[in-house]
Amino acid sequence: MTTPRSTSRDLALIAVFAGIIAVLGLIPAMYPFGQAVPITAQSLGVMLCGAILGPRRGAGAVLLFLALVAIGLPLLAGGRGGLGVFASPTIGYLIGFPVAAWVIGGGVYTAGAPYRIVVGLVAALVGGVLVLNAIGILGMMWRADLSIGAATKAAALFMPGDVIKAVLTALIARGVHAAYPGLLPRRRREPVAAA
Amino acid sequence: MSAAIGLYRPGTSLLHRAPAGLKLAALVAAGVASLAVRAPWEVAAVLVGLALGYALARIPVAVAARLLRPVLFLLVPLAVFHAIVTTWQHAVVVVGVILALVLLANLVTLTTRSSDLIDAVVWVVRPLRRVGVDPERVGLLMHLGIRSVPVVIELAERVRDAQRARGLTTSVRAFAVPLLVGALRHADALGDALAARGLDD
Repeated sequence: MTTPRSTSRDLALIAVFAGIIAVLGLIPAMYPFGQAVPITAQSLGVMLCGAILGPRRGAGAVLLFLALVAIGLPLLAGGRGGLGVFASPTIGYLIGFPVAAWVIGGGVYTAGAPYRIVVGLVAALVGGVLVLNAIGILGMMWRADLSIGAATKAAALFMPGDVIKAVLTALIARGVHAAYPGLLPRRRREPVAAA
Repeated sequence: MSAAIGLYRPGTSLLHRAPAGLKLAALVAAGVASLAVRAPWEVAAVLVGLALGYALARIPVAVAARLLRPVLFLLVPLAVFHAIVTTWQHAVVVVGVILALVLLANLVTLTTRSSDLIDAVVWVVRPLRRVGVDPERVGLLMHLGIRSVPVVIELAERVRDAQRARGLTTSVRAFAVPLLVGALRHADALGDALAARGLDD
C-alpha cells in the first residue's frame, strides 16, 4: 500500500473521493453568520478523506478536488469555482484542506487496524480544527492584511462547527472501517499469547 | 467532455483563442505584480483594464457579477474594517487588489475550456516526472474526478431513498456511512477496470 507508484485502485479511490468532497459541498449550507460564511459539510468531506483513505490518498483526493475547482467546476460549497477562489482571503483554508487530510490520515493510519475512535477523534481535532484553522488564519493575515487577533476572531466563528465535524468524522470513519475492513494497515503484531 | 457542468462560456474573442498556458502564466504574473500595488489610482487603472478585458471577451455583466458575488460578501466587511482601522487608501488597495485578482482569474475561467486547462496542468507538471509524478496520470485522474461527481450524486440519491424506505430520517451518520462504503465499492470496480486496461503495467 505504500508503494511509491500509485496503483489503479489508488487512482480510483482518489477520483471517487474527490467526488465525495464535491457532493458533500452540495448539501445545503447553513448561514448563521450571513451569506459570506456558509457552514457546509465540505470540510467534513476533507476530514473523511484523510480518516478513510490515509495520508497520501486522502491528501491526493483533496488536491484533485481543488484542481477540479481550479479548472472551472463550480464544486466549492455554494457553487463557487474557477481560479478566482484562489485569490480570495479564504485561500488559507483551501491550502489547509490537503494538509488537514494528510495529518488526519497520518494519525489514523499510523495507529492502524483496528480503528480506534479516540485516535480518530484526536487526529480529526488536530488536523481538521487546529492545523486547518492555523493555516486559514495565516491566509487571512496575508491576503486580507488582518492582524493575528482579528483573523483569529474571524476563524473562531467557525470553530464550534469544525469541532462538530471532527466528532462526526471520527464516528463516521468508525462505521466505514467496520463495514469495509482492509483499508487500514495491520498494526505491528505485538507478541500476544494467541499469536 | 465536461463542458456542461463547467463555468466556461464559449466564444471566439482573442481571450478565448489565447492558449490556456499563456493565460495561466499571465495570472501567476499578475499575482506577483499585485504585491507592488501601493496607490488607489493604480487599483483603479487595473480595474478599468479588467473591465475592458471582460468587454473584449463579451462576458455579460450578470455572469461576471454572479461569479463575483460570494467574494463581495467577504470584501465589503473587509473594506469597512480597514477603512476604520487604517486609512481609506489602504482599504482601497487591499480590497481592490483582491477584487482585481479574483476578476482576472474568473476571466481566465470564463474564457478557457476545462479540458484545455487539464492539458495545461499536464504540461505544467511535466518537471515533476523526476519526483515520480506521471503527468499523463494526472490528466487521467482529473478526467476520472470530473466523471465521479455525477456518479457520487447518484449514489447519494440511492442512499437517501433507501434511508427513507427504512424510515430513518436525518442522521448524518446513517447517510454518510453507506454513502462512503458505496463509494469505496465503486472505486474497487473502477480500479479493476483501470487495471484491466493495463494501467498498472
